[in-house]
Amino acid sequence: MMRTPLAVRFLQATPKSGWLALAVFAALTFVVLPLLHLAVPPESPLHVSTYVITLAGKIMCYAIVAVAMDLIWGYAGILSLGHGLFFALGGYAFGMYLMRQIGRDGSYQSDLPDFMVFLDWKELPWYWAGSDSFLWALFLVVAVPGLVAFVFGFFAFRSRIKDVYFSIITQALTFAAMLLFFRNETGFGGNNGFTDFKRILGFPITSPEMRVILFALSAALLMATLLIGRYLVVSKFGRVLAAIRDAESRTMFLGYNPLWYKLSIWTFSAILCGLAGALYVPQVGIINPSEMSPANSIEIAIWTAVGGRGTLVGPVIGAALVNLSKSFFTQTFPDYWLFFLGALFVAVTLWLPDGVAGLWKRWRATK
Amino acid sequence: MRHLLIALFCWLSLSAQAAVDPALLRQLASEESDDKIAAIQAIAADASPEALQVLQSLADGTLAAPDGGEIVLNNRIRSVLANALAGLRLFDASAAVRLAAAKELQTGAGLDMAPLLEKALAQESDAKIKALLAAAHAQANLASPDSSARLAAVKALGEFASPSARNLLLPLTKEEGEADVAVRAAAKEALKAAERRLALGEALGSAFTGLSLGSILLLAALGLAITYGVMGVINMAHGELLMIGAYATYAVQSLFRNYLPGFVDAYVLAAIPVAFFAAAAVGILLERTVIRHLYGRPLETLLATWGLSLILIQAARVLFGAQNVELANPAWMSGGVEPMPGLVLPWNRIAIVAFSLFVLLLVWLLMNRTRLGMFVRAVTQNRPMAGCVGVHTAKIDTLAFGLGAGIAGLGGVALSQIANVGPDMGQGYIVDSFMVVVLGGVGQLAGAVWAALGLGVVTKFLEGWAGAVIAKIVVLVFIIVFIQKRPQGLFALKGRFVE
Repeated sequence: MMRTPLAVRFLQATPKSGWLALAVFAALTFVVLPLLHLAVPPESPLHVSTYVITLAGKIMCYAIVAVAMDLIWGYAGILSLGHGLFFALGGYAFGMYLMRQIGRDGSYQSDLPDFMVFLDWKELPWYWAGSDSFLWALFLVVAVPGLVAFVFGFFAFRSRIKDVYFSIITQALTFAAMLLFFRNETGFGGNNGFTDFKRILGFPITSPEMRVILFALSAALLMATLLIGRYLVVSKFGRVLAAIRDAESRTMFLGYNPLWYKLSIWTFSAILCGLAGALYVPQVGIINPSEMSPANSIEIAIWTAVGGRGTLVGPVIGAALVNLSKSFFTQTFPDYWLFFLGALFVAVTLWLPDGVAGLWKRWRATK
Repeated sequence: MRHLLIALFCWLSLSAQAAVDPALLRQLASEESDDKIAAIQAIAADASPEALQVLQSLADGTLAAPDGGEIVLNNRIRSVLANALAGLRLFDASAAVRLAAAKELQTGAGLDMAPLLEKALAQESDAKIKALLAAAHAQANLASPDSSARLAAVKALGEFASPSARNLLLPLTKEEGEADVAVRAAAKEALKAAERRLALGEALGSAFTGLSLGSILLLAALGLAITYGVMGVINMAHGELLMIGAYATYAVQSLFRNYLPGFVDAYVLAAIPVAFFAAAAVGILLERTVIRHLYGRPLETLLATWGLSLILIQAARVLFGAQNVELANPAWMSGGVEPMPGLVLPWNRIAIVAFSLFVLLLVWLLMNRTRLGMFVRAVTQNRPMAGCVGVHTAKIDTLAFGLGAGIAGLGGVALSQIANVGPDMGQGYIVDSFMVVVLGGVGQLAGAVWAALGLGVVTKFLEGWAGAVIAKIVVLVFIIVFIQKRPQGLFALKGRFVE
C-alpha cells in the first residue's frame, strides 16, 4: 500500500470546519483589521486604534505560546513551568538585533547599545557578534531556545524525570535564568533589559504600517502553529506521544523509546515560544528579565487550562480570555486582579478540567 | 540648688588644679597648639586622678585658664585629648570603664601613648582588656624610631587577626613603609599569619551563616516533605504559609506593644504557638476546600495551589499593606558573641539554629513515637494498604497537611527575625525549599535535613566566593545534574513501586 503524500496528509489533518475558520481568521487579520487601521480615518467609528492592534498582536503571540504549551502538556503530559524562559530567549535574541538597529541614535550616540556605554564597555562581547544581521538574528531566535530546550530536555527525559519533579525543575531553570539576566555583567541590559527600539531592517518600528505587518505576521505564525500542531497530533508521532502520556511503561514495552518522542515535541514547543517572543518584543517595545519570572511561566499554563488541554484551539481562546480580563482588571480594579487570577486557577482545576473547549463540547452534546 | 552645684564644681576644679603642676596649666592656656598638646601629654603621663579631672574638665570646656580666660581647642587638640583621657581611664577601678577605654584606643594610639599603655598593661588583670591593650601597645610602637621595638610590635600584631591589624601591617611589608629589612620580613610573616586567621574566621562565619540559612530552609522544607510524602501533592502555597507565620509574629508583637509593653521581649515566644496554629488553620482550610478534591491529579494541584498562593499574597497586601512591616528583634536576640577575632555569631541566628533543631526534634518524636506519626508514615508508604488495615486516610491527610502548614508557620517566626516581612516574602523561599525536597528525596526526614543544611552551607560558601547570583545558579545547575544520577533523591524510600 502506498503511503499518502505528506501534503495530502497535512491537508487532511485539519477538518473542513477548521480550514473555514482559519480562512475567516486570515481574512480578518490580513485584510479587514489592517484596512480599518490604516485606511479609515481616526475620527470614524470604524477606525481600529493602535491600542487595539498592539493588544491583539500581543495576545496572538501569547496564544502561540499557549498552543505550544498544549502540545507538550495536553498531548505529551509534560507540564512545563519554565516556558516563559524560551519565550524570553527568543525575545532577547531578536532584541539584540533591535538594539543594534538603534545605531547611533541612542542617548550616548555610540555604536554600542546604551547600557554597554553606561557600563563603560569598549566593545561588544563575543556573543553579540553578528547581531546586526537580520538573518543571524532569525537564526538565533530559533537556535537559542531550541538548543537550551534540547540540552535540558535530553538530560531530564533521559533520566525519566517526569510529572511534578519535571515541573519543579523547569521552574528552577527559568528562575536561575532570570537571576542570570538580572546581572549587568551578563551583557543583556540587566534589570532594564532592552528597550527604546527604533527600527527593523531600516524601517521605523512605530509606524502604523510596521505595526500592521507585525500584527499580520503574528496571525500567520499562529495559524501555522495550529495547522502544524494539528498535523502532528493526528500523525503516528502524535499517537505515540499520547500513548506515552497515558502509559509510559507500556509504550516502552511495545518498543518505543519515549526519550526521542518527548524530546522532539519539547524542543519544537520551545522553538515556537522563541518565535512568539521574537514577534512580541517589537510590538510591546521592551524585553526584560521579569519575563522569565516563575509567575509568568505558570500563567502560561493557566491560559492553556482555561481554554482546554488537548484541543489546540482551546488554548488560543484561553490566552485571549485571560489576557483580556488582565487588561480589564489591571485598568479598572488593579487590587482585584490577583484575586481573580488565583480564583481562576482554583476554579478551572476544580470544576473545569477540560476548559472552555470542554464546556463547548458538552453543550454540543446536549443539543 | 543650681548655685550650689556651680560652687561645688568650681571648688572641684580649683582643687584639681592645685595638684597638677601650675606651669603645665599655664602652658595649656598658651596660644600655640603644639604647646597645648605637649602640656596635655605631660599631664596625662602623670596618670593621677587629678590629671584625669583636669583633662576631663578641659574636654568639657569648663576649665578656666589661670588668667581667667577661655582655653580654645581645635580638632587636632581634641583628638589628642580624647586619647589621653582614654589612656587615663585605663587605670579606672571599674573593668567596664577600662574595657571601653581600651576599645577606644584601638585606633589612632600614637607613639606618645606607648609608655602609658605599657604601664597599664603591667597593672591589668583582665585577660580581655589585656589583649586589647597589647594590640594598642603594638600599634603605638609601630611608629617607634627603634627598630627592635618595631620588630616586637609587628610580631605582636601578627597575633591579632583583626582587619585593622592587617591594614597596619600591609604598608610595613613594602620598602617605602619600612626601612629595616628584618622588620619588613617579620611584617610579611605577621601579615600572613593574620590573614590566615582572618580567613579561618571568615570561613567559619560563612559556614555558620550557611547553617542558619539551612535551618530556615529546613523549617520550610520539612512541612513540604511531609505533605509531598503523604499526599504526593506539591503545595505551591507553602511559601505563603511561611508568610502567614511571619505576619502572625507581627500581629503578636503589635499586641504586646499595645497591651503588655513590659513584656515586649517575650513576644517571639508567644508568637510561636500563634504562628503554628494560624498557619495550620489556613493549611487545613486549603486542604478541606481545594486540595482534597484534586487527589490523583498532582499537576492540577500544582496549579490550584499556585492560585491559592496568589490569593493569599493579595489578601496580605489588602490586610497589612503592600509595604514590608517592621519587626524588632527582642533585646536578648540582638548583638552576638565573638568566639574569635573577625568572627561574630549574631544571637538571632544562633536562636534560629537552636529553634529549628528543637522543631526537628519535635517532628521526629511526633513521626516516630506517636500513633499519629505511625499513621502518617503508613499512608506515605502505602496508602491503599494503610486504608485496608483501618487507618482513616482522609483524616490523616488533613492532619498531616495541617502539621506541614504549622511547621511552615514556625519557619515564618524564624524568618521574621532575620528577613523582611512582606506579602511577597514566601515567594523567595519556595524554589529553594522545593530544591531541598527534590535533593533530599521524599518520605524521610533525614533527606530533608541533610539537603537543607547542605544547600544552605554550600550556597553561603559559593556566595562568598562568586557572588549571590552565580551561587544560586551553580546550586540549581548542580541539582539538575544531581537528579540525573539519583532521580529519587539522596534518601529514597526502599520498596517496589509500579505505575
